[in-house]
Amino acid sequence: MATVSVKDLVLNFGAVKVLRDLNLNIPTGEFLVLLGASGSGKSTLLNCIAGLLDVTDGQIFIDDKNVTWSEPKDRGIGMVFQSYALYPQMTVKGNLSFGLKNAKLPKAEIEKRIERAASVLQIEPLLDRKPSALSGGQRQRVAIGRALVRDVDVFLFDEPLSNLDAKLRADLRVEIKRLHQRLKNTMIYVTHDQVEAMTLADRIAVMSQGIILQLDTPNVIYNRPANKYVAGFIGSPEMNFLDGSLSGAKADIFETDDKKIKLSGYTFSEQNRSSAQSAILGVRPEQVAVNDHAEAMPVTESVEVELVEPMGADTLVWSTFAKQPFRFRMEGTAIVSPGDKVKIGFDPAKASLFDTDTELRL
Amino acid sequence: MADTILNPVAEARGPRPKKAFSRANIFIYGTLLLVSVYYLLPLYVMIVTSFKGMPEIRLGNVFGPPLEPTFQPWVKAWAEACTGINCDGLSRGFSNSVKILIPSVTLSILIASVNGYALANWKFKGSETFFTILIIGAFIPYQTMLYPIVIMLREIKLMGSIWGLVLVHTVFGMPILTLLFRNYFTSIPDELFKAARVDGAGFWGIYFKIMLPMSLPIIVVAIILQVTGIWNDFLFGVIYTKPDTYPMTVQLNNIVNSVQGVKEYNVNMAATLLTGLVPLVIYFISGKLFVRGIAAGAVKG
Repeated sequence: MATVSVKDLVLNFGAVKVLRDLNLNIPTGEFLVLLGASGSGKSTLLNCIAGLLDVTDGQIFIDDKNVTWSEPKDRGIGMVFQSYALYPQMTVKGNLSFGLKNAKLPKAEIEKRIERAASVLQIEPLLDRKPSALSGGQRQRVAIGRALVRDVDVFLFDEPLSNLDAKLRADLRVEIKRLHQRLKNTMIYVTHDQVEAMTLADRIAVMSQGIILQLDTPNVIYNRPANKYVAGFIGSPEMNFLDGSLSGAKADIFETDDKKIKLSGYTFSEQNRSSAQSAILGVRPEQVAVNDHAEAMPVTESVEVELVEPMGADTLVWSTFAKQPFRFRMEGTAIVSPGDKVKIGFDPAKASLFDTDTELRL
Repeated sequence: MADTILNPVAEARGPRPKKAFSRANIFIYGTLLLVSVYYLLPLYVMIVTSFKGMPEIRLGNVFGPPLEPTFQPWVKAWAEACTGINCDGLSRGFSNSVKILIPSVTLSILIASVNGYALANWKFKGSETFFTILIIGAFIPYQTMLYPIVIMLREIKLMGSIWGLVLVHTVFGMPILTLLFRNYFTSIPDELFKAARVDGAGFWGIYFKIMLPMSLPIIVVAIILQVTGIWNDFLFGVIYTKPDTYPMTVQLNNIVNSVQGVKEYNVNMAATLLTGLVPLVIYFISGKLFVRGIAAGAVKG
């Protein structure tokens, strides 16, 4: 069991700043997800923690030991890669034992560990096969097994499920979660898939352009995103953003077009705000109530349906609110077609307010 | 009315019928045939001539098959033909060539594969510059380096010996072979290399246990390139060795181009065929692997 912490980490590829003064503390046993679009530096950060990339500046500690200059094998980490990275010329057993043989472990110990890992991951019947004779899901299981046999304190996952099809991905996601509950290791998991992040993480670090924008529990990230980028990145379909400005003596009224929305019940952040400043109100499509439910909401409006996207469990409706595009969710059984009028309503207390310039939460 | 007319388009079903003698086919196969004849005819002439006796050759029927087939020219080419004071035929050149070939091929491939591996996976400061310089080396005309190498070989006392030539071949094979191996190793997913590092394998561990077992196709390509290149080399052979250590190509030249006495065309043909046999055999054995390896190394670079 080990903590991982990163202090003032900087990494430049030539003139390109990939990681900028990054700080991160991961307590023992936490499942941390690094979430971000491609190019955000999430995989780079993981590679730095693994010791596969030399950092430009800053320090990395694993279990309170400074490992900034240590070799990957001496850091007590196991890593799982997106492309599985199984050694093609070795059998599954050979793949699992490769690291242990390099560490010069006694034969009996190697056998014992392989047996245990194979039973945890249910790959016992595959031990004598070559990777080319395995399916994608089986390969990724073997790759996880390779980290497992090394008996390490920290697991690093680099988009492990991205190469799998949707169903396998869901299955293995659950399996990884179960594995974490069972082993209670510290795990750092890189992904661009918000569903994986939300379901697996104890905490999520949303990254963009080499910095961590927000580090918090999935719940907080979803409900109280720290800035507009995080708000837009998390949640599908994407949050609606309404451009407008603040007014009122306490700057607690949001004006957009001809509408005045009183932000009663909204928990303002510590950011300074002023009356008449421009602002953005973010409303999640799934937080919009429709028809009868809309009546009880503080903000109501009758809008015209422009486009309907049925998705089975629910239906996404595109319309216009305050002359701006606005999407909302309806029941999957709802029957609407373009041109229909629908009554919608939402509670500004559950919405998110951002500064137009800084894009920070107000 | 309309449905009584058989409409071939409306009836279309299953694979489209193909014409065996379409204009395109005739053109393609005609060209192929022509080119084959162009290349095979000289070979045919060589083979038939090598089995003829001198009186039959003097008749002048170049394309006719041998009327009295004889192995004598082959025997003479291999064991009796004279070059200078040595009259033991091509067999001496053959054994010299083998003695040059085996260490040159082995050494150059061993070194180049490590070079390529280091340049692909263990990038160091200036590794790209180093690689560029190495590649530029492949484009400098050999002629400019001939004399400096003579001096260098003289200084290390290898001038005229087989090992001097081995050294020259190994060095000159470096640019192209390093490029070949570097490109091949670059095409192997980076994550495999990272996984091996996490698993605690070092520079040589990854090279021998992960990379080398995966590089059979490219090794075959390198072997073919080197074997044919070194076997067919004439320039270095004639400059850096002496009559006792001449490789087969140089000796062949001396047999064919000797100005004294009668020109023995049959012996010359047999000698030439014997010399060309080794690269030919290599191609036949490994043709399939060769194509596969070239493609594997060329896709990514």
